[in-house]
Amino acid sequence: MAEPIIQLQNISKKYGDFTAVDNLSLTIGKGEIFGLLGPNGSGKSTTILMMLGLTDPSAGEVKVCGIDSTSHPIEVKRKVGYLAEDVGFYDDQTALENLVYSAMLNGIPRKEATKKAEELIERVGLTGVKNKKTGKFSKGMRQRLGLADVLIKDPEVIILDEPTSGIDPKGVQDFLNLVVELRDEHGISILLSSHDLQHVQQVCDRIGIFLEGKLMAIGDIRSLSEKLLTSGRYLIELGADNSREAGKKLTLGWFQNLAANMSEIDSVSEENGLFKVLSSEDISLVLSKKIMEEGYNLNFLNKKEFGIEAIYNHLMEGGTAYAN
Amino acid sequence: MQTNYSIVRPFWVIVNKEISDTIKSWRFIIMLAIVLLTCTGSLYTAFTGFASAKPGNDPEESFFFLKLFTISDGTLPPFIVFISFLGPLLGISMGFDAINSEQNKGTLSRVLSQPIYRDYVLNAKFLASLIVLSILFFSLNLLVLGFGLVIIGIPPTAEEVLRILMFSIVSIVYVAFWLNLSILFSVRFRQATTSALAGISIWLFFSIFYNMIVNVIAKGISPAQMISENQLISLQKLIQNIMRLNPGQLFDDATTTLLVPGVRSLGPLTMEQMSGAIPSPLPLGQSMMLVWPQITALLAGTLVFFGLAYLQFMRREIRSR
Repeated sequence: MAEPIIQLQNISKKYGDFTAVDNLSLTIGKGEIFGLLGPNGSGKSTTILMMLGLTDPSAGEVKVCGIDSTSHPIEVKRKVGYLAEDVGFYDDQTALENLVYSAMLNGIPRKEATKKAEELIERVGLTGVKNKKTGKFSKGMRQRLGLADVLIKDPEVIILDEPTSGIDPKGVQDFLNLVVELRDEHGISILLSSHDLQHVQQVCDRIGIFLEGKLMAIGDIRSLSEKLLTSGRYLIELGADNSREAGKKLTLGWFQNLAANMSEIDSVSEENGLFKVLSSEDISLVLSKKIMEEGYNLNFLNKKEFGIEAIYNHLMEGGTAYAN
Repeated sequence: MQTNYSIVRPFWVIVNKEISDTIKSWRFIIMLAIVLLTCTGSLYTAFTGFASAKPGNDPEESFFFLKLFTISDGTLPPFIVFISFLGPLLGISMGFDAINSEQNKGTLSRVLSQPIYRDYVLNAKFLASLIVLSILFFSLNLLVLGFGLVIIGIPPTAEEVLRILMFSIVSIVYVAFWLNLSILFSVRFRQATTSALAGISIWLFFSIFYNMIVNVIAKGISPAQMISENQLISLQKLIQNIMRLNPGQLFDDATTTLLVPGVRSLGPLTMEQMSGAIPSPLPLGQSMMLVWPQITALLAGTLVFFGLAYLQFMRREIRSR
């Protein structure tokens, strides 16, 4: 991994009896897009707040860019841009005024700030509305303006908390493309939290799955699936023409016989006229050959690789067995 | 980059923004209109009352100019009564949503994720309101002075001007007291309406009900039969001290003493104490000595509220919305 930019060491956060983050350790490398995936209330936002020094960890150490966030939040915030979930702007000010204000809070003089704000507004595609008051902005526009707001301090790290929630699919796509472009152009490290698997899967180099304050799994999508799935990696769906003219009829019994002979097959079932074969290896080719050889009329074959979605759902349903 | 930091100071960037926000806000404009209207009204009645109150040889009458602030022909209360009544409302209206509205709009977490100290936000908001208030009160009082000069045609003495300036400062402290109370509520309560109502109910309690309650207590503890002079005095003092828990009472005591130099004591005076006293107004220094406890108490209250707000705000976790 590249040099670490965010390091969390055994951090915990307790609210009374409730443990929001439980003994979490995590390292994120420079130039990486890391996805924090987890349902609402799993401790993602709390972890992010601790990285920015906006709340103090009950135990453990948080380092961003090598600086302790708890004791030196100002230095960290100089280098880290944070886009909160459902970011707010001053409604009675224009988009440009809002950005200039942020820039000046970062110590950039007004003239330079205005120039920079205009560039960034163009970058996120809001030039047409830069002099409109942000009170009239849609959620998608606010989120894009939020990204410009984050970029105005030339950050080394960007932390995006649920940036895609509540935006329409087109808006999400534009937003995520923008995020990837940023990393590619400026080498900014990005931490993105979301409960939506699709969005995370699309852009992130590595993913950490979060549940009840614990990191359940971490890695890129391939290694996550390899690590987590011990059974049923492939689902093969088959359909055959069983009409009278076709002759021989393909039955579930045939598959059950086959399963008895092939150790790769875990289970077979029939659903809506399709046979479903769950196997630990890709046996679709073998299966189709066999069916053809025996004179059945195969007319449908679909192979599903179990993606991270299955892992995610599995974890969400309380499957903690795969952790570690 | 380092040189830039010395040019743009984030703290003053926030103060600037807060001042312009305050001045542009409807609620400030409305409060300003109310204050200006009532003050114009009370000044008008003061001027009409002036026809009968010409400066004479009576030493009590020598601070002629200050009467502009304190006299009335009975149709409208005098200027200082309006200030003591409306000042708290002005302070509450400026502070009640200082923190919670930013929190609810989601701007607080955005501002605090910039490299600024957390107390900048609180301090800047307080300072901005204080600056606006100071400008308001100084200009209001100087305007009254100017109008007085034009209409009566008698210039104020240096001491009168000093007394009016002191009055302005005391007014600012008084309004700042309420401002800080409402900022405390804005930190404490998540909803702006709750904090506004809390502020207004405390103001109503002190400006209307407190005196009634004190009267009831006074009736309850006053003995039925004749009592000695000393007992009477100590009873009177007790009631007066209970009254002084009311910040409005402190302000009234302070301003009356400053604007009516004839006032030589805020408590009961015996005939013995009066005997041998020269029937002349007190010099400014002596008047200040008289009201120093009141001013100190108001300042202390202001600081206590600010400290509480500060404590709560610094320990708070800042989430978006």
